Amino acid sequence: MNVENNILHQPTTPDFEGKQEYNIIVYAENRIGLLNRIAIIFSKRKINIESLNSSASEIEGIHRFNIVITESYEVVRKLARQIEKQVEVLKVYYNTDDEIIWQELALYKVSTDEIAEKVTVERLLRQYGASAVVIRKDYTVFAVTGHREETDALVKALEPYELIEFVRSARVAIIKDSAGFHEKLKEFEAFEPGDELVENEFLAKGDKIFTM
Amino acid sequence: METAQETIQAAEAKAETSAKTFKGTGSQALLNGLISEGVHTIFGYPGGAIMPIYDALYDYADQLTHILVRHEQGGIHAAQGFARTSGEVGVVFATSGPGATNLVTGLADAQIDSTPLVCITGQVFAHLLGTDAFQETDVINITTPVTKWNYQVTDAKEIPEVLAKAFYIAKSGRPGPVLIDITKNAQLQVEEFAPYIKCNHIRSYRPKPKVRVQYIEEAAELINAAKKPFVLFGQGVILGKAEEDFKAFIEKSGIPAAWTILGEGAIPTVHPLNVGMLGMHGNYGPNVLTNECDVLIAIGMRFDDRVTGRLDKYAKQAKIIHLDIDPAEIDKNVKADVGVWGDCKETLPLLTNLVNANKHEEWLAKFRDYNQQEIDQVITPELYPTSDEMTMGEVLRNINEICGGDAIIVTDVGQHQMVACRYAKFNHTRSNVTSGGLGTMGFGLPAAIGAKYGAPDKTVIAIIGDGGFQMTPQELGTIMQFGAAVKILILNNRFLGMVRQWQQLFHDKRYSFVNITSPDFVALAKAYYIEGQMVDTRANLRVALETMINHEGSYLLEVMVGRENNVFPMVPQGCSVSEIRLK
Repeated sequence: MNVENNILHQPTTPDFEGKQEYNIIVYAENRIGLLNRIAIIFSKRKINIESLNSSASEIEGIHRFNIVITESYEVVRKLARQIEKQVEVLKVYYNTDDEIIWQELALYKVSTDEIAEKVTVERLLRQYGASAVVIRKDYTVFAVTGHREETDALVKALEPYELIEFVRSARVAIIKDSAGFHEKLKEFEAFEPGDELVENEFLAKGDKIFTM
Repeated sequence: METAQETIQAAEAKAETSAKTFKGTGSQALLNGLISEGVHTIFGYPGGAIMPIYDALYDYADQLTHILVRHEQGGIHAAQGFARTSGEVGVVFATSGPGATNLVTGLADAQIDSTPLVCITGQVFAHLLGTDAFQETDVINITTPVTKWNYQVTDAKEIPEVLAKAFYIAKSGRPGPVLIDITKNAQLQVEEFAPYIKCNHIRSYRPKPKVRVQYIEEAAELINAAKKPFVLFGQGVILGKAEEDFKAFIEKSGIPAAWTILGEGAIPTVHPLNVGMLGMHGNYGPNVLTNECDVLIAIGMRFDDRVTGRLDKYAKQAKIIHLDIDPAEIDKNVKADVGVWGDCKETLPLLTNLVNANKHEEWLAKFRDYNQQEIDQVITPELYPTSDEMTMGEVLRNINEICGGDAIIVTDVGQHQMVACRYAKFNHTRSNVTSGGLGTMGFGLPAAIGAKYGAPDKTVIAIIGDGGFQMTPQELGTIMQFGAAVKILILNNRFLGMVRQWQQLFHDKRYSFVNITSPDFVALAKAYYIEGQMVDTRANLRVALETMINHEGSYLLEVMVGRENNVFPMVPQGCSVSEIRLK
């Protein structure tokens, strides 16, 4: 399987200035303070992080950040290089939404009386793909996993019925064409950088390459 | 009674164990590590939270020289000066809280100017972290944006490994400052330490890539086809210790080369292909011809805004080749047609191999033409003024005549800095020490102290304005106590000159708070037992400079220069480099 060739972000438009949603995936050592080091790369440039998730990766000890921002390709590329420059960052990928599989999780707390009286719960569950996590006398908690518009849709649907609490998680994403990080890590751990490690093709052909 | 044989055996056995492990405090492990890294000079200031390290240092006086500065900012600037002249890693000690926060300006300066430093700060006991303990401050988070790497040690067992990493990170790749914050308990903690092992690999860190020949070939192809190629070089050449490789490259290709102020001195000032200084107060030809060249070859420089002027009118006609060790710099400000990512120590020889021997006589003649215009209109009046007022330029001319280009010139920030960079003659690399990226007033005096320790056999002249000197004058105390033979030259125009120049040119001469008064600098020096004098007439200048330079030990010379002289040429902010003004 040679998927590595396609995990590069390929800008479809020559318009580098136009802003769109980018998913920045950072593989890094799991170290205290690294989150701050990454976050200030954005705040230094007054760029808002829309969603940030930090979690384990497929490899023990290697941490993974998923960061969502809306910026131009040019800006994202420069940000990615600044992030990858940090000593404890192994690799940075950035992709547009069509190049990834992504999910967000949302929880909705509503009054059980209200909902039982006025809403067809079954319809709710079916139409929005929601599941009931907790049902108590006083309140019920639904969960929806999906894209932003899906979780937003249920907010809209529940708003008339006393939505007591709503929370949405950060985005988690998987690059469609990624082969994972196991092989890459072996290269990183090799003493001498091998050919594969030296991905500086981008330097001359920046618009074709996703990475530094 | 032991026999001689037994004594030797016992000694050998002891030596063997100590080579394997050593039992002691975290502080001792730190100092042993520093010695293993080849450190011999530390700039520092003690305090509560770093006392165990200072206590251990007491026993290492024969191996480690500690220079007690008068302020931590002075300490870190001194370490920067040391690193810049010696090519080694500068080491700083400071205590927690205010000691650590006083390092911030120097860290920012070292970060932007790629200076390798290892700073050790003391921290409150680990169990007190987050309690707002006495002299506790969140040093790691405060210094994160201005360090290449930082780390807090709370367990002594980590010390050797963290220190080894710190040195490796500070000096490899694109160098930079590193800070290690060590809690007091870790400094005191007694452990068995394994022998110190230097670090040479971190899996998440790639200091430099394996060079791709393809890019060298593409670059060479562009260069070989060029009619008007132009080289811009920065400190990368010096940091990569590639001065000779660089010289070989331009000499074979015959390409004129201009420098950023941090690259100055990588080739001698008088080299026939050295066409001068880039940027806002750089030379006329290099700025104008940036917008006429057909291939621009940037080597170890980062297209700072003070170099490029207005970006959308910068070298638009040229193909850009950018050699840099930091991939984040390539395409950052100026888009490269060919980016050559790598250490210029490796890339330059490869490139030299592939470029054709050439002489761009006609093209070089253009630089000479512009240079002649600049000489007539700017340089001659500055170096050989006809009015009674002394100019900063003529002071530099005299220094050049006396030292012949062999001195180390350390500058502060402002008009005198631009004049010094423009006119000082350098025969040797690592001779120009200045705060380039951050533009830190107050850098000059402490950096000169460090520069002297980094190059003890050289004459070190600190050229400082009357404003900048008053930012860190306390370091006269360090000079007094440790006898660093720094020649302090204050160019006094009784103004914050650079700001005044801008107010004159761009703010209708509304001189808003630039009129600065000074103490009697000579008397101040005298209070620190440093000899000195003031000159206010040209007739006394030369002898005074000779007295200063030939004086054994430190000396302070204050030269009263014209109040309202301006530094020209100048690329006004927001203008293209080709719009450079001669007056």
